[in-house]
Amino acid sequence: MTATIVTPPPAVAHPADRSGRAVAALALLAVLALPWALAGGAPAIGLAWAGQAMLWPTIAAAAALPACVWRGAHGAAAALAGALVVWTLLAGFAGGAGGTSFGLGAALLLAAATVSGARSIARRGAFKADVTVSTIVVVIASLLGLFIFYPVGRSLFSALVDEHGGFALGLAAERLLTEDIWGLACLAGGAHCGVAVNSAILATVVGLLSTLIALVLALAVQRGGLRQAWLVKLMSVLPIVTPPFVIALALVVLFGRTGLVTGWLGSAFGVPRSRWIYGLPGVTLAQLLSFTPIAFMILHGALAAISPALEEAAQTLRASRWRVFRSVTWPLLRPALANAFLLGFVESLADFANPIVLAGNYEVLSTKIFFAVAGAQHDPGRAAALAMVLLGFTLLAFWGQQRWLGRASYVTVSGKGDGGIAARLPTGLGRLCMGVSAAWIVFTLACYAVILVGGFVKDVGRGDMTLSLTHFGAGFGIDTGVGGLTFTGSAWNSLFTTIEVAAVSAPLTAVIGLLAAYVITRHQFAGRRSFEFLTMVAFAVPGTVIGVAYIVAFNTAPLELTGGMAILVLCFVFRNMPVGVRAGVAALAQIDKTLDEASSTLRASTLRTLRRVVLPLLRPAIVTTLVFSFTHAMTAVSAVIFLATAKYNLSTVYIIGRVEAGEYPLAIAYSTVLIFFMLAVLLLVQRYTGDTRLGRRAGGALVTGH
Amino acid sequence: MSATSSGGVDFEGVSKRYGAVTAVDDVSFRIAPGELVTLLGPSGCGKTTTLRMVAGLEPVSAGTIRIGGADVTLRAANERDVSMVFQSYALFPHMNVLDNVCYGPLSMNPDKARARELARAKLEMLGLSSFEQRLPSELSGGQQQRVAVARSLVLEPAVLLFDEPLSNLDAKLRRRVRQEIRELQQSLSLTVLYVTHDQEEALAVSDRIIVMDGGRIAQQGTPHELYETPASRFLADFIGDANLVDGEVAVGASGAVFSAGGTAAPVRGERVRPGPATLALRPQRLRVVPAGQGVLPGTCRRSAYLGSRHELIVDTPWGELLVFDADMHRSHRSGDALGIDFDADAAIVLPR
Repeated sequence: MTATIVTPPPAVAHPADRSGRAVAALALLAVLALPWALAGGAPAIGLAWAGQAMLWPTIAAAAALPACVWRGAHGAAAALAGALVVWTLLAGFAGGAGGTSFGLGAALLLAAATVSGARSIARRGAFKADVTVSTIVVVIASLLGLFIFYPVGRSLFSALVDEHGGFALGLAAERLLTEDIWGLACLAGGAHCGVAVNSAILATVVGLLSTLIALVLALAVQRGGLRQAWLVKLMSVLPIVTPPFVIALALVVLFGRTGLVTGWLGSAFGVPRSRWIYGLPGVTLAQLLSFTPIAFMILHGALAAISPALEEAAQTLRASRWRVFRSVTWPLLRPALANAFLLGFVESLADFANPIVLAGNYEVLSTKIFFAVAGAQHDPGRAAALAMVLLGFTLLAFWGQQRWLGRASYVTVSGKGDGGIAARLPTGLGRLCMGVSAAWIVFTLACYAVILVGGFVKDVGRGDMTLSLTHFGAGFGIDTGVGGLTFTGSAWNSLFTTIEVAAVSAPLTAVIGLLAAYVITRHQFAGRRSFEFLTMVAFAVPGTVIGVAYIVAFNTAPLELTGGMAILVLCFVFRNMPVGVRAGVAALAQIDKTLDEASSTLRASTLRTLRRVVLPLLRPAIVTTLVFSFTHAMTAVSAVIFLATAKYNLSTVYIIGRVEAGEYPLAIAYSTVLIFFMLAVLLLVQRYTGDTRLGRRAGGALVTGH
Repeated sequence: MSATSSGGVDFEGVSKRYGAVTAVDDVSFRIAPGELVTLLGPSGCGKTTTLRMVAGLEPVSAGTIRIGGADVTLRAANERDVSMVFQSYALFPHMNVLDNVCYGPLSMNPDKARARELARAKLEMLGLSSFEQRLPSELSGGQQQRVAVARSLVLEPAVLLFDEPLSNLDAKLRRRVRQEIRELQQSLSLTVLYVTHDQEEALAVSDRIIVMDGGRIAQQGTPHELYETPASRFLADFIGDANLVDGEVAVGASGAVFSAGGTAAPVRGERVRPGPATLALRPQRLRVVPAGQGVLPGTCRRSAYLGSRHELIVDTPWGELLVFDADMHRSHRSGDALGIDFDADAAIVLPR
């Protein structure tokens, strides 16, 4: 359809090729001068001389690459770069678990070769000869391949092998198709169902109820004239800053065997104490409290987008309020309702924190995977099989959502300043909505009140309400001594590590996500759709699955990353990247494309356009992504519970440890500190940018769990 | 001038296809250096697509584009010696006026002092020196447009492109701004390709007009040629107003005669062939005369007072005709009988 560029490269190198030459030279530098292995030591050339013959082709290619780039032989350079990367990776894997792990030299070589290859294929005509676009696409695709597809693929593959490493399909079938996973006994009155069935039931119930409650709340706020609308909106923001098990903890404190409400019911009405909260009811309640706010945001937005003119038209056509609601409002809401349901469904499936505290004997996939790895059984194959099932469920829901989003359109407002007033709800429905909303608000506030209070009293779980700061002291004590301030509290280590990891990963997430969004929206190239899909797939993978995948894939040579901080950062960056992409795509849609074109007609290269025109205008999206990535990294648990170590412990992991040890007050105190810290960060950012919209889920995308 | 002289655009057999849809179909034209050529046509005719292909913002499906003799077909926008003034001006909202105008020179040469010097010269030429520090949002529409022009001019391009530059201005401002653009172009001898859908604007500023319809060139020529001798019904109707009457032409010893609806009238004789034809009559060339006189008898059906003229719809044997009556001393009411007269050379004969 369009003319392809087939002009051969000029004999004299393009002046901008200075960067290209520098990159290729870096590859050579990496093999000649930098330590190849993780443990340090000789550069590749030294190791090859000492006997590692597999490295010679790598060195030869790394030497030939700058030569090709210098001469302008870009086709050869691209092929060489590709071969270099493939050979180095294969040689690394061939070394097996006992081989050398990649260190600085290897990492730099792979990076330089990838970039050089990207530049060369652009000079040969790919990506419309745009070097910047080519580099962005190739580098991001490679990173995704390395840090999402490879680990998940390898981990799923381990479900198919036995403990000696041999391929065993029979064993895989045995692992996957057991009663344990798929049993339906409980539906027929029996005691237990399979874990997959449990997860599915829980997810469906939570999805339905959260959507329903969110609908009631949205109707009450928008149409029922709820005066405390501001409160409901505030409550929608809370889940962003709340560590994942805070709600579960609060429920235990309130309704546990020795809980506050249980005790009051027992003494006031003689209701016997029980452990009803542990199991399906408790987890459902906790998940509802956690996920309804997000469903509320979706439905609230959808209701607001329904033009009042439509309902007014219905009224002038003699429709009663009920008929207006049934025939106009409800059908227009259906896509948003489906979206909210799927969101609740997937969040429930991927949720780890609430089940681990409250599920008791009600096994769900996320916790079972955890116990398969961290518990006494230690069966990675089994964990991988369960991960396969969980991933299958979320991919199914993700696919379902893409199909819905692809077809349905939510917005009926034409942008011409609709001056209508939304119809009020029919009286019966209105009262119901107000009632349910009031109950909901009270309940949520009670939970947060418990958390707030719990850190400051002796033992809120046992009803001991004497004011005391011992828990804060235990966790966050500071001593002023001879050497200055010493952080004696047991919680400081994890807090500092968490802040550090979050602060490092947030900017990286923003950069990668926004660059990806830029090339997706502003440039046309072959495979753009697939690239876009690749960047969003990370959304569909639950945290537990990624966590397991990372410890399987990155535990041994050649990519040995576990035990360090790097793996935590990487995990956060690639799990949160889709948020950056979504925010970037939404923001770029608001920026007139003609600005890019004007820049181009003013002789600016793509890189210059990106730096001087696009990025400055993307500032709100950058801030949104930074804030979201930061808070998400601070509150994540389901992936990092596998990756945290004693040296690099994270807040959420530490808190879970306290919960499992029964030290509830300290866990609550720590959660309070986290909440306030993140609220402070949020407020600071809002002050600085004046941006009140966090746009956490632009377009209602699915994000799987914390 | 020769094809390889500096400036000048050669558009040779260019097509643009989007899947099954052909937006531009084998179009060829030439813009001589120092000429202002307008692409004119209704929405969807392909004029904007053509402009964007000259700019390098759309790749061509077939054909060649030459600028200043060099083949630029495969070059990206930032590698062509072409600048463009966008319909929305596309001023960078986060940069002030001076930085906007400096952007082009800085892309080519990082010398800030030199860029500022060039920018200031152009800003002064356009009367914008006192607005240097302002942001685009602090300027009026007309001022923004001049900044956009300054920004394009500062690179002294071989070809300057305008994409409907007046569409965002209010009606009063349009006449003044189009005169300014024309004067600027003539004083600097710029080669300009101009796109608009407003035919009055096209007639006012252009050296030559290329009318496009359905992705093809319907006619090209000077404004005078297009107005006086349109080649088809579409062109007669598109440029200016025209009454179109279908009838027969007979050529006799005294010249050509057009007849329809039982009434005949003499028309311009050169190069008119006998047979079925369409007559195009400009409303302002039709004169209202007392009933019984003139070429056609008529009854006034409707009359509208427009200040500078009356617009009359007159029922005649040739159908309903639109007539502009500039004589404001009299007025006609619905039902009045009157006559319509016109000069033989005011009627344009189009083949059918």
